[in-house]
Amino acid sequence: MEILEPEDARSWIKAAALLITENAHMLTELDTAIGDGDHGENMMRGFKAIEKKLETGAPPADLAGLFKLVGMTLLSSVGGAAGPLYGGFFLAVSKACAGKKNLNKTELGQALAEGLADIQRRGKAVLGDKTMVDALAPALQAFRTFPDGDLAGALKAAAEQARRSAEATVPLQARKGRASYLGERSIGHQDPGATSSWLLLQALASVPEAAP
Amino acid sequence: MPELIHIGVMKKLINSPQDVVREELEGMEAAHGDRLRINYDPVYIVRKDAPIKGKVGLVSGGGSGHEPMHGGYVGKGMLDAACPGQVFTSPTPDQMDEASKAVNGGAGILHIVKNYTGDVMNFDLAKEMLQADGIAVETVLTDDDVAVENSLYTAGRRGVGLTVLMEKLLGAAAEQRMSLAEIKKLGDFIRSSGRSMGMALTPCTVPHAGKPSFELPEDEIELGIGIHGEPGRRRVKFAPADELTEMLMAPILSDLPFKKGDDVLLFVNGMGGTPLIELYIIYRKAAQIAKDFSLHIVRNLVGSYITSLEMAGTSITLLRMNDQLCKLWDAPVDTPGLRWS
Repeated sequence: MEILEPEDARSWIKAAALLITENAHMLTELDTAIGDGDHGENMMRGFKAIEKKLETGAPPADLAGLFKLVGMTLLSSVGGAAGPLYGGFFLAVSKACAGKKNLNKTELGQALAEGLADIQRRGKAVLGDKTMVDALAPALQAFRTFPDGDLAGALKAAAEQARRSAEATVPLQARKGRASYLGERSIGHQDPGATSSWLLLQALASVPEAAP
Repeated sequence: MPELIHIGVMKKLINSPQDVVREELEGMEAAHGDRLRINYDPVYIVRKDAPIKGKVGLVSGGGSGHEPMHGGYVGKGMLDAACPGQVFTSPTPDQMDEASKAVNGGAGILHIVKNYTGDVMNFDLAKEMLQADGIAVETVLTDDDVAVENSLYTAGRRGVGLTVLMEKLLGAAAEQRMSLAEIKKLGDFIRSSGRSMGMALTPCTVPHAGKPSFELPEDEIELGIGIHGEPGRRRVKFAPADELTEMLMAPILSDLPFKKGDDVLLFVNGMGGTPLIELYIIYRKAAQIAKDFSLHIVRNLVGSYITSLEMAGTSITLLRMNDQLCKLWDAPVDTPGLRWS
């Protein structure tokens, strides 16, 4: 696979909904340790709302429309900090897709970078604060440095890096979000936001594998 | 008939975890439908007589589980609308956008926002949406929790007990037709004049989590808790009420800092599972400490006004007062959660 078509994007979102649902309990467990124990439930509610919209209405045919629907639905159904952050991420990705029928590797990298920039603008987190940025930024780096032409390989590398980076949040002390109130007691736990970010990238990496 | 639910260690008067917020709102509508209107999609609670022409619309919101805050403070002399989220989860921008429009009497909208990452981001988005529609919006933050020691390396201090006082005082100011700019200025002044500190004897259980938010040994308490069942800054050995009150009062007094001769409002709050008999024992000692410090307690409030589900514990808030704030405090208020004439 070298190009992300609208149908691939729909597969991504469906795969993400499935992965989030399967792992909702795990996300909530992580969030109970250092947050307020609602991340899995909130993410699952958001992606279920997206699935419902995709099933009932006529799903948008173009990339920008699809990602806008995803972003707006997350904004209005997730709540907490994850709602604006992931909602904003997909809205920024949508803007980057405006007027494009599909995305090559460079364009997808650009769109994901726009999404990450929105998360950092809104959340003001930098690398090492023990947030979703700690999974997304290194993953994006891995994606962009992967040789051109092999989108499937780049996505796989990104997901793999996101998993490792999410795991690497365990020894960090949180400096953003509700976990930051724990101070040193936030050390020793994996960040739930970094973990859900990994799941979203894992879902994206599964698209080429599932494609015929 | 309510049904007692046993799910593991959870024993709550609910029907099912996912229906908690909706059914609570239906109950509020049944009880207070004469003065409140509940909108269910998106969810917000609004004064029945809103919008009031020429009055600044006061809107607040936050996760559920802190009752009576915020929905219980909707009414004459306090909030025009409140947006409840899921339990301990910030509400969403579409709720805030529509609630603000429902109470827009042409004099602008003021959002009262507790300083939590989610609340701040969602209210920011709502503000952008409202401003895009040409509506004047200002925001007042509350971040009165002195337990958060190093704001540089955290999300900043949390909004806790001062939020209740803020909603009452600004509600009275709006009722007197103060302008949006004046109310914003007053709110920032109140923000800079109040400090709080809380402690928990027990954790609480979020309905959909089904188990306690943290574990606490029999002989320990959590000092410096917020209002979301999150653990505090540190654990200390359980001690008599007077000693615990000292542990709460000392950091509050030194933080602002309060000065000898200050007029203050002393607010002793219950976290949801602590009876009034114990809150008065706390108040007794807190008042004594304040007097020993040469503070004049000119107003007070004792009771469970900003809670964390069934958590046992207390928080203390001190607000430096002046004549204007005393008059605003005494002004009539008529809401389900706070009422005097």
